[in-house]
Amino acid sequence: MGTLKLGKMTMRSLFKKPATLMYPVIPREWQERTRGHIAIGVDKCIFCGICQKKCPTNALTVDRAGGTWTIERMKCIQCNCCVEVCPTKCLKNENMYTTPSSEKIVDSFVGTPPKPKAKPKAEEPKEKKENGEKTE
Amino acid sequence: MNEKWKVQNFIDVEPAQLVEKVQDLKADGYRLGQVHCTKVEEGFELIYSFDKDHILLNLKLIIPEDEEIMSITGVYWSAFIYENEMQDLFGVKIKHMALNYGGNFFKVSQPTPWNPKN
Amino acid sequence: MGKRTIVPFGPQHPVLPEPVHLDLVIEDEKVVEAIPSIGFIHRGLEKLVEKKEYTELVYVIERICGICSFGHGWGYCHAVEGLMNIEVPERAEYLRTIWHELSRVHSHMLWLGLLADGFGFESLFMHCWRLRERVLDLFEKTTGGRVIFSVCKVGGVRKDIDKETLDEIVSVLREMEKELKELTDTFMNDFSVKSRLVGIGVLSKEDAIELCAAGPMARASGVYQDMRLTGHGIYNKLGFEPCVETAGDCYARCVVRIREIYQSIDLIEKAVKTIPEGDIEVPVKGKAPKGEFITRLEQPRGECFYYAKGADSKFLERMRVRTPTNMNVPAMVKTLQGCDLADVPMLFLTIDPCISCCER
Repeated sequence: MGTLKLGKMTMRSLFKKPATLMYPVIPREWQERTRGHIAIGVDKCIFCGICQKKCPTNALTVDRAGGTWTIERMKCIQCNCCVEVCPTKCLKNENMYTTPSSEKIVDSFVGTPPKPKAKPKAEEPKEKKENGEKTE
Repeated sequence: MNEKWKVQNFIDVEPAQLVEKVQDLKADGYRLGQVHCTKVEEGFELIYSFDKDHILLNLKLIIPEDEEIMSITGVYWSAFIYENEMQDLFGVKIKHMALNYGGNFFKVSQPTPWNPKN
Repeated sequence: MGKRTIVPFGPQHPVLPEPVHLDLVIEDEKVVEAIPSIGFIHRGLEKLVEKKEYTELVYVIERICGICSFGHGWGYCHAVEGLMNIEVPERAEYLRTIWHELSRVHSHMLWLGLLADGFGFESLFMHCWRLRERVLDLFEKTTGGRVIFSVCKVGGVRKDIDKETLDEIVSVLREMEKELKELTDTFMNDFSVKSRLVGIGVLSKEDAIELCAAGPMARASGVYQDMRLTGHGIYNKLGFEPCVETAGDCYARCVVRIREIYQSIDLIEKAVKTIPEGDIEVPVKGKAPKGEFITRLEQPRGECFYYAKGADSKFLERMRVRTPTNMNVPAMVKTLQGCDLADVPMLFLTIDPCISCCER
């Protein structure tokens, strides 16, 4: 008879472990390639602004004078475009998703922009670099 | 032939001969693939794509913006989707459509949004 | 002759994941006429061609739809490569084909789940989607995304898959196939499932040709049509033959899709066995030349057109995507005439509607 065809599978899944994860208790396993969020090694950044130009959603803002690299997390679509075009390879795609939030998260990183080449012997920059300082 | 996707077959036709030509193609066993419109300087460029045994055939015609064109829904009824689409987004004037939504096929906030003049 | 009533169907309806509206003219529980109306989610993505360079537009095109995302990316790249006369490395073509067939497996399994949900078989729906999850995990492992892969680019692919992972794909799929056999046995032989599918919404071969149906919808009616026969990708080398059924009813459409899942698994295994070593991309520079190119791809839902028109600049002049649902809506409207009101959701589901694709 063609009834109860699914019976076997239903019985098996009754006695097996659930197919789903108890999510917050058991954390999710991330794959190495998962495109989660963009991270920056701000020491290596030369503030060239190519990532800002290439970003399809305009989520990035690079301020050369102030030496800040800003990302609007909720605008970013994790396309990996900025990582590919970065000339110093300081951008990286980490495999953790950004945390959900009810507000739009803006992360800003402060680094030292390179000295302009026109002045060969300029004075040393006074302020020391503040790496990866997060501001909301 | 193995690489049929490389065949393009663009054929220029006069707007007046379109329906006749489409009828010939249908009698030959062609299937309507798609119809679309591009805004060009002279007006609209319409491309009608047909397919037979996985080989493409494209009819290409250019009409001025205010010229009416005959609908092909009398031949291929399913063309009403494309004709309404062109009418809504570009403002191509099509006469004798079998199923005319009168500009309400797509719910757009302004008429003919893809035709920059409006 | 009974009294005629108009019953609105959608845009919000339990079987519809996306908004579409049908005006059903009913006479004694029978549908006499159906008038479709779409356009609730028209986003105008094709217009973005004026704002994005041709290399960047692939991100937009990929986001037309969440299920056939890879197919759209490939189709767009294929059209631009044809326009610019770029020869893609063979390994890239192999990888694209593997991802595309994986997309087909996951899309058809999603559809089987939706179908089961549509006729009220909840546990079957859950099992289909549980199995589909493994394909999504494979996507995450190989591309980094579960839904939007972002691996296709003009001139090749972004990421390579190593030998171990390729073998793992095959072994996971083969493992999945065992459970899938039990599920498809339910779809094809279960009494209650059959009573909802067999003989419902028959589309004859003549009508399918007349109304220009595409994809599994046409193949279920006996039309020998599959764009993989045009030889894009590596389908020629894999010895591909489309699955064709002749009954033309909802059951035949279900069977075509089930057979295509198994066929895709076989195709992936063949491709993994014969994949050559080599580059995965060629550098693409310069402007898109003047000219136009039309290419067609077999998406999980059917034939999909991509038209690219270059204007000798970094920006294309026109990009047009014609998706399979566009072509299947007229055929669906035709099959709706004369069916019972209770079968309308079933019939609507069996064309595998993707309204986001349809409106772009």
